[in-house]
Amino acid sequence: MNATLAIPFRTVAASSLPGEARNHSAHDDSIVQTRELCLFYGSKQALFNISMDFPRHQVTALIGPSGCGKSTLLRCLNRMNDLIDDVSITGSILLDGEEVNDPTLDVIELRRQVGMVFQKAVPFPKSIYENVAYGLRIAGIRDRRVLDEAVERSLRRSALWDEVKDRLHDSALGFSGGQHQRLCIARAIAVSPEIILMDEPCSALDPRSTTRIEDLMGELRGEYTIITVTHNMQQAARVSDFTAFLYEGSLVEFGPTKQLFTKPEKKETEDYITGRFG
Amino acid sequence: MLSLVCALLAVVTVNGLGVYWPSQVAEVTLADGTKFLGRMIRSEVNPDTDKMSVQFKVGNREQDPQRQDFRWIRYDAILAITYPAEVYVLERVENGDFYGYLKDTAGPDLARLSGIPVAEAFPKALGSVRSKSSEEIAPISKKLLSLGNELQKTQDKILRLTYRRDRLLADSRSGNQSRASDVDRQIAELQASSQKIKEQSDRLVGQQQLRLADLRRDAVVMTNPAGKETSIALVDIVRFHDPNAMGFWAKSRYYLSRIGELLWENPRESNTEGGLFPAIFGTVMLIFLMAIACFPLGVLAGIYLGEYAKEGFLIRLVRIAVNNLAGIPSIVYGIFGLGFFVYGVGGLLDQWFFPERVASGTPTFGTGGILWASLTLGLLTVPVVIVSTEEALQAIPRAAREGSFALGATKFQTLVRVLLPTASPGMMTGFILAMARAAGEVAPLMITGVVKLAPQMPVDGDFPFFHLDRKFMHLGFHIYDVGFQSPNVEASKPMVFVTTLLLLIIVLAMTSVAIYLRNRMRRRYQVRTI
Repeated sequence: MNATLAIPFRTVAASSLPGEARNHSAHDDSIVQTRELCLFYGSKQALFNISMDFPRHQVTALIGPSGCGKSTLLRCLNRMNDLIDDVSITGSILLDGEEVNDPTLDVIELRRQVGMVFQKAVPFPKSIYENVAYGLRIAGIRDRRVLDEAVERSLRRSALWDEVKDRLHDSALGFSGGQHQRLCIARAIAVSPEIILMDEPCSALDPRSTTRIEDLMGELRGEYTIITVTHNMQQAARVSDFTAFLYEGSLVEFGPTKQLFTKPEKKETEDYITGRFG
Repeated sequence: MLSLVCALLAVVTVNGLGVYWPSQVAEVTLADGTKFLGRMIRSEVNPDTDKMSVQFKVGNREQDPQRQDFRWIRYDAILAITYPAEVYVLERVENGDFYGYLKDTAGPDLARLSGIPVAEAFPKALGSVRSKSSEEIAPISKKLLSLGNELQKTQDKILRLTYRRDRLLADSRSGNQSRASDVDRQIAELQASSQKIKEQSDRLVGQQQLRLADLRRDAVVMTNPAGKETSIALVDIVRFHDPNAMGFWAKSRYYLSRIGELLWENPRESNTEGGLFPAIFGTVMLIFLMAIACFPLGVLAGIYLGEYAKEGFLIRLVRIAVNNLAGIPSIVYGIFGLGFFVYGVGGLLDQWFFPERVASGTPTFGTGGILWASLTLGLLTVPVVIVSTEEALQAIPRAAREGSFALGATKFQTLVRVLLPTASPGMMTGFILAMARAAGEVAPLMITGVVKLAPQMPVDGDFPFFHLDRKFMHLGFHIYDVGFQSPNVEASKPMVFVTTLLLLIIVLAMTSVAIYLRNRMRRRYQVRTI
């Protein structure tokens, strides 16, 4: 089996060989690179030397059993872990060549570039319109036309426009769960991020809503880089272009989804995707 | 517990609502042939004699040697009870009600009424005397009031100048002597003008007395069942009714007029009669001032503790203190308020702004007042607001915060735009609890500024309109004062029930409004997670 094909971004050494990377993937263009990323909650290490390149304008899925560090890794990318006390990070994360963990970096600007959608979709206690316009408003945009335009674009993009266009100024709290999640996606899109992180976006939704969100991820792919965490392997197989399998805080395998699911390189990956554990 | 509360409310409501209903007046004939008029109140078995006795409320207090309002009559001593339709009850400015029969109207101005039956003549006579009194006496009283105010202001100025002169004389620097004599001249001028005001008001008082004496000659002659005549000046009559002849609607009209008096008039006869307006106003204003003081403080403290404070020894200490503050007896707060607000802050304010009044022993802020009482109450209720604010903030799902942060919001933006609206119903709950507690407190008020009879309201037409240094009346204190400090306990019982009912209604009304607002907020802001 061709090692470079199966684990293209496994190590610094591997990804430092651009020629090889280009060989196995049409998407040599990566937007985020992590290098030797370790994360500690207090003295407990949660991530071990994660080095991987997330391809631009693709859907990357992070899979693995509970507690393997998928969400933690995701939350490193827009520094949401800053909100948790007692977290320390070593290694580097480069977003378009810029160090994310740089203490002088403007976190607010970073989070505008790296949007996030959570497992629990909690709309703000505001109208639908104001929910979507929230990110722009806190950025100081007051121009009504700009806001109107952004709200409509985001709602259309998240396939919510037709359902809500007549009640934009009603409270967003009276929605169904699936609509909440799409509203949260619209909210994230409104600030025009480069990347959208999705932390198990469908785990609390019914199958029909899940399908809609999955379709949406497919549609958004061309415009945004999507990194999603999921428990659901079928979902990972359906929506993602690339899949990374994490186990106990380490990256086990990372490659094109089709390949990882059909011809896994590692034994653990195979065991996990065939349901032998996890 | 619930049934106990319901029973209590029912007793208060029934007794309170029944007070002003004009019940029948009986003419009681006793076995020894004497007759009297009275309202039957209740009957009871006398434990000493084992005989049934009936309690009657009798009017005509001034005619009873003991000035009693009530008589207990043994059942077997009663020969007959009738309800003659001609009985009139006259409510008077002094000495309570008069029960009797109309005989005649008499007086120099009432000659033209002599041909008409007395039942028609009496209301007309009363009306004409009233209009005359409002034409002639009311303007004089108004003038006297404004003169009184002017006099007070002049005397305040004199006080201030005298203080300045004394200070100047005590300091022997050059030039002070001449300045002091300047001030002396001003004082002399003011004293002259105050003398003038005094003379003018004395003249007016004389006029008023004359007019009043004139009006007092118009009277109504009443007889009691024994035929004894009594003449009552018409100006002394507040209201009259003939309960035995009144139909249901007439009684209802009378009832409503009494309720109107209760809500809008000043008290009379050492608070046992008349209205409760100053007390109602004082209570509501106190609660509003309390809210203004405690809500912002409590919310800010709650936000700090919940969102910004770093967990540590000091914060733990603060939190323990806040939780325990809620359990301190309210009288302790009252004493603290007296020491800190009244003597401390108020004393300092007086020293800075009104030193001459301190010197003369009439402090402005260094004595109890509605401001200090409301601040004391605010202190008493602030822990509840702090705790509920903190809890409401903590109850917000993490996803709401993170959602906001993930869109690039700062902590402050998240707080103002997401957390506070979401937490507002919870904060409102704390506010409701605080208000309910504050409305019922009397003990801390008694030493920080409540009085049984406040001559001036805390808000009036005099610049600067809000006089937060003034003492005030309060329904809760009114209950205590009328019910337990009054010399005539039996007669003041109805007032106690009415006041209690009114206090309950006010608390209930304010709390209901707050609950309504909270429920609206809840509908608007409640976060429903999937």
